Amino acid sequence: MRALARRCTFPLVVIGLLLAFPLATTGFYLEFTSKVMILAIFALSLELLVGATGLVSLGHAAFYGIAAYATVLLSPKFGAANLFWLLPAAIGCAALYALFVGALSLRTRGVYFIMVTLAFAQMAYYVFHDTKLGGGTDGIYLNFKPEVVLLGARLVDLGKPAVFYYFVLACLISVFALLAVLLESRFGRVLAGIRSNEQRMRAAGFATFPYKWAAFTLAGALAGLAGFLVAIKDGFVNPEMLSWHESGAVLLMLILGGMGRLSGAVLGAFAFALLQLFFQWEVVFGNFSKHWPLLLGGTIILCVAFMPNGLIGVPAQWRAWRARRRPEAARG
Amino acid sequence: MDLATLLVQCLNALQYGLLLFLVASGLTLIFGIMGVINLAHGSFYMIGAYLAYSLAPVFGGNFVATLLAGLVLAVIFGYLLEWLFVSYLYERDHLQQVLMTYGLILVFEELRSILVDNDVHGVPVPAWLNGSVQLGDLMQYPVYRLAISAVCLAVAAALYVVIARTRLGMMVRAGSSNREMVQSLGINIKFLYRVVFAAGVALAVLAGMIAAPVTSVYPGMGAQVLIVCFVVVVIGGIGSVRGAFLAALLVGIVDTFGKVLFPQAAGIAVYLLMAAILLWKPEGLFRQG
Repeated sequence: MRALARRCTFPLVVIGLLLAFPLATTGFYLEFTSKVMILAIFALSLELLVGATGLVSLGHAAFYGIAAYATVLLSPKFGAANLFWLLPAAIGCAALYALFVGALSLRTRGVYFIMVTLAFAQMAYYVFHDTKLGGGTDGIYLNFKPEVVLLGARLVDLGKPAVFYYFVLACLISVFALLAVLLESRFGRVLAGIRSNEQRMRAAGFATFPYKWAAFTLAGALAGLAGFLVAIKDGFVNPEMLSWHESGAVLLMLILGGMGRLSGAVLGAFAFALLQLFFQWEVVFGNFSKHWPLLLGGTIILCVAFMPNGLIGVPAQWRAWRARRRPEAARG
Repeated sequence: MDLATLLVQCLNALQYGLLLFLVASGLTLIFGIMGVINLAHGSFYMIGAYLAYSLAPVFGGNFVATLLAGLVLAVIFGYLLEWLFVSYLYERDHLQQVLMTYGLILVFEELRSILVDNDVHGVPVPAWLNGSVQLGDLMQYPVYRLAISAVCLAVAAALYVVIARTRLGMMVRAGSSNREMVQSLGINIKFLYRVVFAAGVALAVLAGMIAAPVTSVYPGMGAQVLIVCFVVVVIGGIGSVRGAFLAALLVGIVDTFGKVLFPQAAGIAVYLLMAAILLWKPEGLFRQG
């Protein structure tokens, strides 16, 4: 009982702080935190693939972008759509593409898988970039935010920043809880087995392909949820949402936060967004702030070189370092 | 499509495919031997093109001198890069390799925008190659594009001779099939890695430099080439230079004729080809061993 309490304290404190946040602030910080929570959902969806199953995908932005485009393209031009059909439809589009990409890319492994997922994401990118379907390179606008109407009654107005914030927070908590339960289930155990040794899982009698395919499709669908939310938040989509820079950024969030734990993905999303904001801060970097990718790139390189387990691994790394120091000091 | 047009498109496909081969061969060698997936490989192509642009005034427009100077710089750059960054990655998993080389891309692109700028630039075709050849009655084909194909073929032949016939090539082949064994036979594997990496960088830089007069020089050119090269490597089978050669030609043909026959879907044709090959042979057409 005490162990359970200890495990739940920290997440509850974080949720409490996030719940109270809109009471303390409005405007930029509220929008920023909404955006970061959407990124956290996106990172969580990739964690299911990379951290839980050991499949490094470099094309995850495709699902995020496809759902965002679907949200805009499926909405009626002169009126608001109902959230209760628009959300499943947008997620469905992302899941369908994930089903297709997964069927082909999961036939390969390791470094091939990285390249193939990247190539399929690029294919989706070109569909929106080169054709008139989604306004080409300029992207398109969402004219009306979807309404939340159930049995003829309007429940809430997603146009209000605070309401939207709570909606995103609810999505984030749901996704986190869903994945936490899923990874504890038999399905999650099989995925963990595939991550550590797929050959052995096959030898033990598991057909690993359907498990990987299901994980891939679910990850695509959850990335679609993030894409849906971001399309509503910004009211605008363009092909850059599907670009491989976006896929690289979300992988970076995972490694920044720490792999193999759901909280690492959330921590990584916050750390990434704050880092990006910091490097773009003109007060500190002056004119150089427009070259922020240089600093971000340098930080990535240093992180990979010196922090292989991410932020969540830093305390353990620190303890290991202290433990190595101590005997010397004692002898000293 | 009449015969002359078909011939022109075939020559274009050949030239594009051979250029892709120069970049993809470095990528596949580096992966085959060191086991490192190098996302920054496209950046070397970009760096090559910008070298051709910014070194040209230094050498008064002498193209051959520019090429040689660029190649020397590329080898030094590749050697230093392997020593400073890539050598950390050999024992790491693919994810960390992807991220570090992704970080390198951001750094290279931003340094490029600081040192040069973000505009599109043209590089003049050297005067002595600035003619065209008559094909049939109406069509002409620029000599420079033929020269690109010739240079690429020469490099491909040289690469074949080095890998198949020399002692260095033997070490390279042995290294790609069993790294530990090569090391225990007393071969300086660190030096071999550095040489292969520098050679890979030089091949990509060379491709960028000779492509610059045709494609012009623009930001983001590296990423575009990188992803197409991934398709080439996936189709050809990783670590196989011969596979990369044939796959690059195949991709060149599909891309060029895709643009001619289905201009709407031009960007997608290459990826559909990859999807079809994955269905048929998931491990690529020419996987070694």
